[in-house]
Amino acid sequence: MSGLTVTLQFSGGAELLFDKVKKREVELPALEKFLPQINKTDWSLRELLVWIKDNLLRERPELFLQGDSVRPGILVLINDSDWELYGELDYKIHNGDTIMFISTLHGG
Amino acid sequence: MPVLCRTGCGKKAVLKRPKTGDALCKECFYHAFEAEIHYTITKGRLFNNGDSVAIAASGGKDSTVLAHVMKTLNQRYKYGLNLMLLSIDEGITGYRDDSLETVKQNRDDYEMPLKILSYKDLYGWTMDEIVAQIGRKNNCTFCGVFRRQALDRGAAMLNVKCIATGHNADDIAETVLMNVLRGDIARLKRCTSISTGSEGTIPRVKPLKYTYEKEIVMYAHYKKLVYFSTECVFAPNAYRGHARALLKDMEKIRPSCIMDIIYSGETMAVKEDITLPTQRICIRCKFVSSQEVCKACVLLEGLNKGLPRLGIGKSSKAKKMLEEYNAKQGHTTIKETMQYLDNNYTNIGNIENCLSNDKLCKSRVCKVSKNNTQLINISGKCNNGHCSGQCKNNQFSKDKENKSNTKINILLEQYELSETSNNVTVGPSHANILNATDLDNLYPDQDEDSCSGTCGKMGSMQIGF
Repeated sequence: MSGLTVTLQFSGGAELLFDKVKKREVELPALEKFLPQINKTDWSLRELLVWIKDNLLRERPELFLQGDSVRPGILVLINDSDWELYGELDYKIHNGDTIMFISTLHGG
Repeated sequence: MPVLCRTGCGKKAVLKRPKTGDALCKECFYHAFEAEIHYTITKGRLFNNGDSVAIAASGGKDSTVLAHVMKTLNQRYKYGLNLMLLSIDEGITGYRDDSLETVKQNRDDYEMPLKILSYKDLYGWTMDEIVAQIGRKNNCTFCGVFRRQALDRGAAMLNVKCIATGHNADDIAETVLMNVLRGDIARLKRCTSISTGSEGTIPRVKPLKYTYEKEIVMYAHYKKLVYFSTECVFAPNAYRGHARALLKDMEKIRPSCIMDIIYSGETMAVKEDITLPTQRICIRCKFVSSQEVCKACVLLEGLNKGLPRLGIGKSSKAKKMLEEYNAKQGHTTIKETMQYLDNNYTNIGNIENCLSNDKLCKSRVCKVSKNNTQLINISGKCNNGHCSGQCKNNQFSKDKENKSNTKINILLEQYELSETSNNVTVGPSHANILNATDLDNLYPDQDEDSCSGTCGKMGSMQIGF
């Protein structure tokens, strides 16, 4: 299976960990090539987080990730909907999806 | 396969509510979100028709959503409130200067008048300057103490009935947890109240008390509200950071824990034999305090005397510092030192004397009093009877006149009293703890010795309201 193109968005302060870039379009490689050891062909959010960590996360990964998921307090929206409605880490990514990460961890 | 809105409206759900677990569509979410805040406001009788209300605005998510919702509800349910925005400029380059731009945007968007008060105008010091003196370790103490008083002053100037703050459910649960972790019974008792402030203070109300942070952020996102989200450039508050992380971890597993912690805080009873500090009026600035001299005055005194750590930590420490200071100045007794400091203070409100006092004039205080009539107005206002009557300070200044104590004696008590100010009737170890926290407990409300906003939040990254 060939790669996927997805749009990633970071806001609420999460962008500070990603060169202050709030929106970017990325092309994901074939999953077999990126993570051959897991024997999967379909990208899910779980693998996307690994890819983000390896390719985009510039500093202090612990402020974005915790275990194999995002740090509690960071909201994830899949095509503008709460990821909690879509299986969270198990959500299977589709070509053209928009995944948004909003940090709630800053004060108000 | 899209999930449908639980209300059966037929639309696609966009979020799962943490409080109830319900999947709702945008419109039903807005409705539930706003209705709950309306319920909180009416049940808690936070406002009366015709009240003027200041919304403490930092430009962050909570105060931005609060301003938006307050405006919406005020129109929808005809509260008849006169809403305005009140912001404090702590003077933190790269943080508050940017967030104030967001507040100005709020002012234009919501058509509310905006008042900005700065630490520089009120106290003669910006946070940048304070941090240059004190370093990054205890700066949140200064910021928190000064902000609390600055909000009171701002509210008095605006002549409002109360101040609405953007504290959300997560913030309150975090504060309950923090107060338990610190054994701070006085604050634990009051931190969950929806409306705080007794006679002499302008009440603070928290319309978002039962509103989850997640929902506030989602609401702001879907409504496309512009808010400011950068962490404060100054010190992390590691302890609070850990408490926050713990709470977020638990919330992930069981979202209702936030409401449960608040409920626990609300229903917890404090043993009757624990006497809590009583509130009175600071003899210096006339604002509410639990000691003769409020923490803001002690901190400011320390800054202006080049003893920036005065007022941080135990009262015994402050006493020791004053002794050292007095040795340096060639004064032989604490009494003399206090007299010296006190004379110095008197000059703050007295422009004529300002220049005649050699060492004092080198401090910022003099510059301030010369340049800044605002400060003088504040302290002079109530005594001079110029205040509108809204300001409750009037009655207290009378109280003060009735006391025959001189300021020096009171200050002496303040600093030498630490061994006798034991107002606790529990075991000795407890007595010590409470005594040690005396100086930290000068304010009636939220926990001011740590940043209530951004600080201490992101990881151990960590001002707001």
